[in-house]
Amino acid sequence: MKPKNQRLVLVASAIVALFAAVLLAMWGLRAQASYFYTPADIAAGKAHDGEGMRLGGMVERGSIKHLPDGVTIRFIVTDGHAQTPVVFRGIPPDLFREGSGAVAEGRLQNGTFVADTILAKHDERYMPPELGNLSAEHKAGKTLEK
Amino acid sequence: MIAETGLAALWLAAGLALLQFVLMIVALRSGADVRRAMRSIAVVQGVLTLVAFGMLLIVFARSDMSVALVFENSNSAKPFIYKVAGAWGNHEGSMLMWVTILAAAGAFVALLAHRTSERTTVAALGAQAVLALGFYAFLLIASNPFARLWPAPMDGQGLNPLLQDPGLAFHPPTLYLGYVGLSVAFSFAVGALLTGEVDSRLARAMRPWVLGAWVLLTLGITAGSYWAYYELGWGGYWFWDPVENASLMPWLAATALLHSINVLAARGALKAWTMMLAVIAFSMSMVGTFLVRSGILTSVHAFAIDPQRGTFLLALLAIYVGAAFTLFAVRAPGLKEGARFELVSRESGLVVNNLILSVVLGVVFVGTLYPLFVEAVSGEKLSVGAPYFDAVAGPLALLLAVLVGIGPLIAWRRERRPVFKPLAIPALLGVTALAITIILAPGMRILPRLGFTVGTYLAAASILPLVKRNPLRAPLATWGMVVAHFGIAVALVGMAANAAFSSERLAIAKPGDILTVGPWAVQLADVTPTAGKNWTAIEAELRASRSSGVITLAPESRFYSDPPTETSESAIRTFWNGQLYTVIGKQDVSGAWQLRLWWKPFVTLIWAGGALIAIGGALALLGRLWRLVWRPRRERDWRRERYA
Repeated sequence: MKPKNQRLVLVASAIVALFAAVLLAMWGLRAQASYFYTPADIAAGKAHDGEGMRLGGMVERGSIKHLPDGVTIRFIVTDGHAQTPVVFRGIPPDLFREGSGAVAEGRLQNGTFVADTILAKHDERYMPPELGNLSAEHKAGKTLEK
Repeated sequence: MIAETGLAALWLAAGLALLQFVLMIVALRSGADVRRAMRSIAVVQGVLTLVAFGMLLIVFARSDMSVALVFENSNSAKPFIYKVAGAWGNHEGSMLMWVTILAAAGAFVALLAHRTSERTTVAALGAQAVLALGFYAFLLIASNPFARLWPAPMDGQGLNPLLQDPGLAFHPPTLYLGYVGLSVAFSFAVGALLTGEVDSRLARAMRPWVLGAWVLLTLGITAGSYWAYYELGWGGYWFWDPVENASLMPWLAATALLHSINVLAARGALKAWTMMLAVIAFSMSMVGTFLVRSGILTSVHAFAIDPQRGTFLLALLAIYVGAAFTLFAVRAPGLKEGARFELVSRESGLVVNNLILSVVLGVVFVGTLYPLFVEAVSGEKLSVGAPYFDAVAGPLALLLAVLVGIGPLIAWRRERRPVFKPLAIPALLGVTALAITIILAPGMRILPRLGFTVGTYLAAASILPLVKRNPLRAPLATWGMVVAHFGIAVALVGMAANAAFSSERLAIAKPGDILTVGPWAVQLADVTPTAGKNWTAIEAELRASRSSGVITLAPESRFYSDPPTETSESAIRTFWNGQLYTVIGKQDVSGAWQLRLWWKPFVTLIWAGGALIAIGGALALLGRLWRLVWRPRRERDWRRERYA
């Protein structure tokens, strides 16, 4: 191969690789990205049954119930506007408690959110970025109610 | 006084970095000989940052609560080792560690670089000084680690208990050394682009740094993966979490760079491409630091972080990466064309390796940053998790693993012999493995099945470069390559075994109850309270038995007082054929305890593979350094004798 052609082939293959990466990523993202919803979004019908998603909100006080098998819990996630019931089988993270923020991963089934994982927080000061605005809104909602 | 000394050392180092940068500009414009001055400045700058970092270690070791950082992140009741390691278990301390390593690396470049021309060395040292300067500014303006509190509080708030672990002493420093080692490759590339001297001499000077950085990144990622595996108590070794991807992306770029730099060193080809990769590799390190330290993406490893600092880091990132790419765009077309090679040749093989690694890097990058992009554009919030990365990166990684078996068999420049002949046996072994999985486990998912197939094939194919020659006479670098490639096969088999054969049991048990998981029958014998230096805990006594005998495990659920936190400490027992992993949860109203048990066959192969990959890199590095140190000396002696 002539040096000039060699360079052309290299540049061309790099560009093809770049396009391949972008196309592959776009295809994967369309099929696999999971959206973040709040209970208000779910009440408004934005989420579909069976679609992988994340649900974020505050764990409503007094809502955590233990089922008889000992390892399944039910609780309610709220954003001050709407509520979504959640069922989770497993050991919830250490900082999961009533009245604090939580993000759950899973899917909707007949209006109930079946969580595969509840995202752990390493740190009691940590707030998931998605929940940053939410808790402010939530607090604002509370003051209005008063 | 100690904290003030540290701060003063930091300011002085920043001043020297500025001077170093100015000297570079003067030298490149006027051609003045500043090499010796530059070298001394770089060395003193490195020493000053080491002094500053040493001072930080001292205030942490002495629990000097008048220093704000110590108050916020330490506590006098902590074990000594975690007091010291706590110095980098927080934002300011870890950034100081970063800049210390950066400046120390600059000092070593100044001491050791004698392979590149004087102009290129000066330009590279200047580039390294600019990098350091940005981070000095960041530390001194936005995150001073030595700020004082007045009056001094009685005791500190304590370190996050999840960080109170030997992993903290090891994982962040190794990763940072790896990240920053890539900064040297970056500086060399920028220096060479400035002077236009992109050649095999440059590649040989860069190569040990790239190899070293890559070895440390590999070790850091492997160690971090194992740490998360046992500490988070989820039984997973990789979550495709943004913080994990932040360390994977520089590794992918460094892996590509490591291979292309061999082409540049051996054959003088792929000049622009290698320079591009050197720039990208360090850019990815900076992106990684930005993602981790700004906390902009939701992560299971994230901590409370000040978003203002993220903006500062983003600005630094934009300036450095933007400037480097601009320089590349201006200079790359003017580079001399590289040496030629045929379509079927080692060079082409390495180009294919680089292209696949780049595509993997691209899809990981897009997947990691996509949520930020979507939120900025449409305001919608979404997350990209394991399903995406498995589906997109998994097949590419398997394809690459197949090619890893072929590449080293191809000759440089042109290959005339049939390449596939020696691969018959490995291919046969791979097909056999596939047949066995189909017969024994017909329900296995496709990725683990292919993992077994490709892993078995690659384990055999990777040692072919040592067959048909005397293995003892093969260069260390060849040994390193074989060990690293074999490590990939080992890790692949471990991942496949973990995905295909793990069994999990989640249930409640009262003392005396027996649960089964895999081949094990696990009895909850007792639950007792216990205590450590700064925690109390409940500890379960588990008696696990299978045909070969009975063992005891003691998982704990701990309560730390400063800051008040609960953590679960898993108990893991390793056997040659797998790990038994146990976690104790909460007590329910009836008095029974939640237990989570896993039997994970051959899961340890994942980290053993990672360690082998790192060992392979270390062997290659040793081989290169050996030649770097001994060969020039022998040549010098020979010349001296000849001309004496």
